[in-house]
Amino acid sequence: MSVIQNSSTSGKPAPVTPLTPRRRGLIIGASDGIGAALARKLTKEGYTLALVARRKDKLDSLCGELNTKGVCALAYAHDVVQFAEAPELLKKIAADLGGLDLVVFMAGVNFPPGGLDQYNFANDRQMIEVNLLGAMAWLNPVAAMFQSAQAGQIVGISSVAGDRGRVGNPGYNTSKAALTTYLEALRNRLTRHGVNVLTVKPGFVKTEMLKAAQGGTPFAITPEQAANEIYAAMQKRKQTIYTPTLWRWIMLAIQHTPSFIFRKLSF
Amino acid sequence: MNGFASLPSAFKRFENFGHSLTAGAYRFQPQTADEIYAVFQFAKKNGLTIGARGAGRSYNDASLNGGGILLDTSAMNRFLEWNPETGQVRCEPGVTIEQLWQKVLPDGWWPPVVSGTMTTTLGGCLSTNIHGKNNFQMGPIGEHVLEFTALLPTGAEIACSPKKNGDLFHAMIGGLGMLGIFTSIKLQMKKMESGLLEIHAWPTKTLQGHLAFIEENAPKYDYIVGWLDTINTLGHGQIHAANYLHKNEDSNAPQNMRLENQHLPSRIFGVMPKSLLHYFMTPFVNNLGWGLVNRAKYLASLRPHTFRQSHAAFHFLLDYVPNWERAAGRGGLIQYQSFLPKETTLPAWTEMLTLAKKRGLPSYLGVTKRHRPDKFLLTHAVDGFSLALDFKITDRKRAALSQMLQDYDRIVIEHGGRFYFAKNSETSAETAQAFLGAETIAKFKKLKKRCDPNGLLASDLYRRIFK
Repeated sequence: MSVIQNSSTSGKPAPVTPLTPRRRGLIIGASDGIGAALARKLTKEGYTLALVARRKDKLDSLCGELNTKGVCALAYAHDVVQFAEAPELLKKIAADLGGLDLVVFMAGVNFPPGGLDQYNFANDRQMIEVNLLGAMAWLNPVAAMFQSAQAGQIVGISSVAGDRGRVGNPGYNTSKAALTTYLEALRNRLTRHGVNVLTVKPGFVKTEMLKAAQGGTPFAITPEQAANEIYAAMQKRKQTIYTPTLWRWIMLAIQHTPSFIFRKLSF
Repeated sequence: MNGFASLPSAFKRFENFGHSLTAGAYRFQPQTADEIYAVFQFAKKNGLTIGARGAGRSYNDASLNGGGILLDTSAMNRFLEWNPETGQVRCEPGVTIEQLWQKVLPDGWWPPVVSGTMTTTLGGCLSTNIHGKNNFQMGPIGEHVLEFTALLPTGAEIACSPKKNGDLFHAMIGGLGMLGIFTSIKLQMKKMESGLLEIHAWPTKTLQGHLAFIEENAPKYDYIVGWLDTINTLGHGQIHAANYLHKNEDSNAPQNMRLENQHLPSRIFGVMPKSLLHYFMTPFVNNLGWGLVNRAKYLASLRPHTFRQSHAAFHFLLDYVPNWERAAGRGGLIQYQSFLPKETTLPAWTEMLTLAKKRGLPSYLGVTKRHRPDKFLLTHAVDGFSLALDFKITDRKRAALSQMLQDYDRIVIEHGGRFYFAKNSETSAETAQAFLGAETIAKFKKLKKRCDPNGLLASDLYRRIFK
């Protein structure tokens, strides 16, 4: 079991008062990419954040950057495949932040099998464990907490890749399709309890993960652009967004492409 | 929440009285001291802190403990002893002021100190050491506590009175639930001869006249309270003073003490349920609308008059319109109450109220009271006056209001004033240190260490002020 620690934070967040309100959020998978960009955006918008990621050094440098004017980010090193740790760490984070209004599940990995004739169970398993089971291990107790409190917001980062099973990366497609369905089910459970569940389906975003992509990466946006769009959707308490929006129409076309054509395509 | 099988609890979202703060916490509702102890053990095991919450009627973060446990004492609401001969009552901390007066009035007694709403619990009243419109005569509620018992996080259940464990007695009353949890409270009631009060009302035209009038007339009355129009002309206001009626003054005295003659009317003009009234108030709660309401109230007050009211109607103004605090709208409201020595009250309040006017951030309600000092450790009392100001919060004015209240804090401290921990929400640790003094804070922390060595008891207020 990896060590849970709250590092790089000396001092505590400034008190929340009616005239200096701060919402409290948790980002799981915050060390770089969209996670780090969203952390920057949310702290700027007045959130105090708990940042969870595997790589402690990256978290520490992000917290150092965010905490220049008072503490607004706390770091917790944790690997989402340590499923049993999630409920305990959630409890600790809620106590450290003094409550919890928002949870963003951002952690995700993409290991392509390495060719259209290649299969790699170890990679598939890791993707399911991080992208899907990690999300379930965290969001189940989060959902229970928010349902009981009758308030809260959950953001899950799925992918356009979950909208159709394609030849390139069956494992990744499957993990994101399952995550999309899981988030939809949470939404159907929780909306009646005043909890908003937002599913985000990014297209190509210029992050570490993009390097794994095979072939072209059209319409790629920066993590900052994605973070801005996610924040705007959070404000409006939307249910599902594609980022950038163009992907909604592209995926609509892809989803409606008949199988007899789709199975002959090579993307 | 999952994983708390051994004790019944739920993660709930809690608000303060002004609906200006929310925080989620695990709620436990113990019924006995043993169950409180079980919560202590549970918190220790899970690395969580415990805040105490009665009715949740403080305007700030005193009864919030975000992400931790809230120990809701409202189920411990039994009377343990009542002696109609001596007027001594012993009860559990969740008993409300409403339960209390309804218990004792039919026997000819009244609580010596009550809050403006009767929904508060005695545990909460003691923790914040509430005062009423008779603070200058009767002191805070703590002065009428004969004895209490409390469970400390160490597991010890102790009894305290002014003589026995006097240091803890004077620290736990007004101690914000940070030293232990009250398990029983014994209070002395005040003998009544009638269920009515005779109330006199006078207008005031200047702030100086307002203060001088209270100063001169307070000794003649059981209660005195002032209202200031804080939107229009500085100093326009009204003063109400009341005396208990004596037997020879109320021919119907025994009947008037019966509960059916004390209830607040539940409908306006006998038609509209009062529970809806706050919706109709909302459109007026802005600078223009409420300015007109204040002006009208002042004009109506220009004729001095005298009338009689039941105890309940006189004391529990805040219960008159249910959910009145919701009229402030989505952002909620905050209260800013300053306590100033009588020598410096006039310049301090003049500066504060002028500043509000200049910045276009008027308070919508200004209430003045007369106070006297007391011996409690974290006391807010002074030999002087208090002014409670209600401000509505809007997103547009939030930052400006925050800045103005910081200026207020500075003015109050410069004039030797103090603040009340059940009201002000913006007081910083530095400001608290400035009026309490480092020595008092050190003394409180030392007692805290003795009663609660593991730091189990905490609240959002405690973290804001003491850590």
